[in-house]
Amino acid sequence: MSDISQNNTSMGWFSAIIRHRSTWPIVALCVILIVDGFISPNFYEIRIVQGRLFGNLIDIMYRAVPTALVAIGMALVIGTKGIDLSVGSIIAICGAVISWRIHAGDTHFVILLYALGAGVMCGVWNGILVAGMGIQPIIATLILMVSGRGVGLLINSLYGGTNPSFESPLLQGLSTGHIWLIPTRLFVAAAVFLGIWLLIRRTALGLFIEAVGGNASSANIAGVNARFITFLAYVICGLCAGWAGVIMTADIHTSDPISVAMYIELDAILAVVIGGASLAGGRIYLGMTIIGALIIQALTTSILISGLRPEYNLVVKAVVVLFVLLLQSANARQAIATIFSRLKR
Amino acid sequence: MTGLGSPRVELRNIHKSFPGVVALDDVNLSFQPGRVHALLGENGAGKSTLIKVLSGALAMDSGQIFLDGQLVDVTSTTAAQAMGISTVFQEVNLIPAMSVVKNMALARNNGRYGFISWKRARKDATDRLKRLRLDIDIERPVGSYSVAIQQLIAISRALEDNTSILVLDEPTASLDAKETASLFAVINELKSNGIAIVFITHFLDQVFDISDDVSILRNGQLVSTDQIKDLTRQDVITQMIGRELDEAEHTAADKSNFTAGKDMLVAKGLGRHRTLAPFDLTLRAGEVVGLAGLLGSGRTEMVKLVFGAIQADAGSIEIDGVKMPKISPQKSLRAGIAFCPEDRKAEGLIGELSIRENIMLSMQAKRGWLKRVSRKEQEKLAEEMIKALAIATPDAEKPVGQLSGGNQQKVVLARSLASTPRILLLDEPTRGIDVGAHAEIIALIRRLCADGMALLVASSELDEIVAAADRVVVMRDRHKIGEIDGKEITRDNIIQMIASQ
Amino acid sequence: MNQKYWPLLATITVFIALFVIGGSMYNNFLSTLVLGHILADNAFIIIAAIGTTFVILSGGIDLSVGSMIAFVGVVMAVLDSAGWHPLVTIAMMLAFGFLFGAFQGFIIDYCKIQPFIMTLAGLFILRGGCFMVTLDSVPIKHPFVKMMASTRVPLPGGGFLTTGAMVMLASLVIAIIIAHYTRFGSNVYAIGGDRESARLMGVPTRKTTVLTYATGGIYAALAGVVYALYTSSGYPLAATGAELNAIAAVVLGGTLLTGGVGLVAGTLFGGMILGLISTLIIFHGSLNSAWIMISSGILLFVFIVMHRFLIGSFGRQKLS
Repeated sequence: MSDISQNNTSMGWFSAIIRHRSTWPIVALCVILIVDGFISPNFYEIRIVQGRLFGNLIDIMYRAVPTALVAIGMALVIGTKGIDLSVGSIIAICGAVISWRIHAGDTHFVILLYALGAGVMCGVWNGILVAGMGIQPIIATLILMVSGRGVGLLINSLYGGTNPSFESPLLQGLSTGHIWLIPTRLFVAAAVFLGIWLLIRRTALGLFIEAVGGNASSANIAGVNARFITFLAYVICGLCAGWAGVIMTADIHTSDPISVAMYIELDAILAVVIGGASLAGGRIYLGMTIIGALIIQALTTSILISGLRPEYNLVVKAVVVLFVLLLQSANARQAIATIFSRLKR
Repeated sequence: MTGLGSPRVELRNIHKSFPGVVALDDVNLSFQPGRVHALLGENGAGKSTLIKVLSGALAMDSGQIFLDGQLVDVTSTTAAQAMGISTVFQEVNLIPAMSVVKNMALARNNGRYGFISWKRARKDATDRLKRLRLDIDIERPVGSYSVAIQQLIAISRALEDNTSILVLDEPTASLDAKETASLFAVINELKSNGIAIVFITHFLDQVFDISDDVSILRNGQLVSTDQIKDLTRQDVITQMIGRELDEAEHTAADKSNFTAGKDMLVAKGLGRHRTLAPFDLTLRAGEVVGLAGLLGSGRTEMVKLVFGAIQADAGSIEIDGVKMPKISPQKSLRAGIAFCPEDRKAEGLIGELSIRENIMLSMQAKRGWLKRVSRKEQEKLAEEMIKALAIATPDAEKPVGQLSGGNQQKVVLARSLASTPRILLLDEPTRGIDVGAHAEIIALIRRLCADGMALLVASSELDEIVAAADRVVVMRDRHKIGEIDGKEITRDNIIQMIASQ
Repeated sequence: MNQKYWPLLATITVFIALFVIGGSMYNNFLSTLVLGHILADNAFIIIAAIGTTFVILSGGIDLSVGSMIAFVGVVMAVLDSAGWHPLVTIAMMLAFGFLFGAFQGFIIDYCKIQPFIMTLAGLFILRGGCFMVTLDSVPIKHPFVKMMASTRVPLPGGGFLTTGAMVMLASLVIAIIIAHYTRFGSNVYAIGGDRESARLMGVPTRKTTVLTYATGGIYAALAGVVYALYTSSGYPLAATGAELNAIAAVVLGGTLLTGGVGLVAGTLFGGMILGLISTLIIFHGSLNSAWIMISSGILLFVFIVMHRFLIGSFGRQKLS
């Protein structure tokens, strides 16, 4: 870092852009989309079918919504130097709660509140373990990760039947409906994004999270209540996972705790990391996290349209993670630089 | 130089710097066989860095190490050990969760094909412990023994048959008198076997009890090396903390218009078991209280107890006559107290965040997270502070971790000042910063005081306290031993108090 | 009583209590037959958990275990249809597991990447690898596999040990020897206990880290072999989430997730507790699999909280 800043004066705007943290993820997204254009000539085509927009670009955004929602919350938790492995389980629990309350005959708006409330409660649980009891985040959230899907199954079994399906105009409207040609869930995602952005950037919460993640004891001595801030991050993460739960559950209109949102925690963490935040905490890049989620979905979509088997997706994702992480590692950068300088000679 | 025969180890022109700090600056030292050589110095003087270089845990930038007259290249702790340089590091020296015998056998070759022969390991461990007359259950985890025993275990692990020099970094830091005595018995015996011993401590009494030679380091430079018999306690204290101030620093402090105001903070019987004996302290408006004492005397602990960064288990604090029910950093901040910690990296700054963000953190914390300080106000505040404290930076958005030590210190100060405190606690405000910044900070302290603020300044630089303080609290061995004020505040008086038994 | 055995004692107590509860609820539960079945059904997860124990003891974590199990199975199955002898493929897959683990360990140490993320990438790569090899469940038909699957050693009381169970017990013995009688084993405990101290004491930290993940890898591969023999097939979706069960078994076995404290033998009982819980719930009939997850979670919670408060008494806090 320091060697970069020393040459500050000799750098033009071009190198400033090249070195900006946002540049590379956005370039990566563009490259993926451009390559897609070569693979499939009508990739960029957007049609109107049955009163809504259709097309690959819309589809990428549409499918990226759950990951993006979870990743927004994850970005805050990672900002505190933590991690939340339980988001998939939280989604499963939310789905079960929705299905349960529908069978109990609540109004759909109340059901929505129930589902989000369930997400918040899960966040409170994680927050108590991490901030209250001081258990390492990865361990503390493992507990809910292991048992959460079981809790979902249990809620289902309260009123009999496994994977009960349901109909809910409100929730399905939010998930699969559309307003003015645009899928409703994009509005939901935008609203959650905006809400969280306002919450962290229009209050001091974001700064405090970054301070706690950067150096918890410094933050504490500076007067920041590190425990409370950490707790709050997990609660917000639970809420975001709750929203993702609503969208995903309404999409498949059934509660399927075992297989819903499998590996979503990994995608969400990946999105945050691709967005430029370090797992060592201390920074939140909310906008770039969305870009990260879009990159992940764009990769998946490209593999689909390229005719490769969808299963290659996992390997591609892994290679992307490794590549991003290697770029973040000083040792690896040095090794690569040495190799290059040898090649030049 | 002591000039006693040929040295066992000789260090020549050792240089070592870390980003932003010169840790060792052209240090020359030699250690004689059969003598205990004490290394003294404040935090950050370079003691730990020096022994890490000697023991191969850190690579030096330049310099030479001679062992028995031979130039050696110490590349790792293992290599050092093989050459006969044995080191017991402060704190990090054993694996607490592992048994004594496992610790002893760790990274040692006994048994073939990577296997460990526990029979041989046990015998080896018992033999080693016997050398120090230690009779303990070697199967119990190291962590279950007292710190004193752990130290002895670490020493016996470090000692080899060929050990010619043993380096002990703060071995007595958490030992009581009896435990220290038994450790000293061991040291004396090793000494009589002709081993050179390097002993780092902050307890002056112990230096006089056990050592033969004394070297004093300050700010990475060697101040002096003498035989203990040529020194008095006063000499040592003077060399450690009694640096003559430069002209600029003297003129910076102007105490001409001093009048103590009303009591702002009154601590009664505040203390914490094993940390600091209960003490009374009063801070008044418009007065600078200096906190003097050697390293380990409880300076930092007192400041932290007052702020609530360490929880007190006895006593109470009143602010403006109102008793604080619970003391915590958050509560103190709201009550108008601000604190600049000694260890900037670990407790002061958040290196990744920008200067602006670091400066406004406490002020924001005081307001609560819901009432955000607008970006415009933040920028204005940062600009003001950068100007007022002359922080050298191109702009306020630079990450604070990239600043030099002196500028980092100013950022921590700026953060405290931005929270508009009425009581300011400063722990080592001039640690590791250059002379120019030094004078500026002392001048700032006086200016704040003139504005009616109450200040408590802990410092290892005695002349700084003499220059800046209206009243001085003197500490020794985790006790407050007295206060002096007015004309009484002189170097000699303070040194006398610290040195008196 | 040595403090380090307390968590193991707690584990064994829980195991016996569950077994006795089972016995009081169902006839014929307290038998070697049931025990043999639990061992047979959980052999692969316990083997994987033994490897994970080393990784966790060193202060790391390995998420690639489940995918490794599936990958090994799939490759074995496909090579079986190509006419290879299982013993050759087994040897090959064990070597692969070792190398893959070593690769993960090297990247973790050299690039200072969190183990969580690196092994997550490993999880993706191997699971993706499965799908690249085949999308279907492929049977393994070689007579050798049939023979292995049907070999059983009778136990007194009507029970029996399957090949998988025997391999598991043998690998446990080897793991105990590695952990407690080799320098590598001691080094693992040391870097998990306090990495910096270990370095200063002369422990080769990089070599140890690489070997630790290599050990994790070879044990995961062995678990894959046992699973393939047990099911006589390879299936790309097999053992999804097995890494979580393995971690849970390690924690229930009394190993601290923060590293440095624990016993390999505990993992056997940790794995058996998980197996016992599912057996109990299946015996009950009216309870569903939800309870398996929930009770695992509750036990995990209890053990983690217990460990949290035990840490103090192990003197792990720094001297100050």
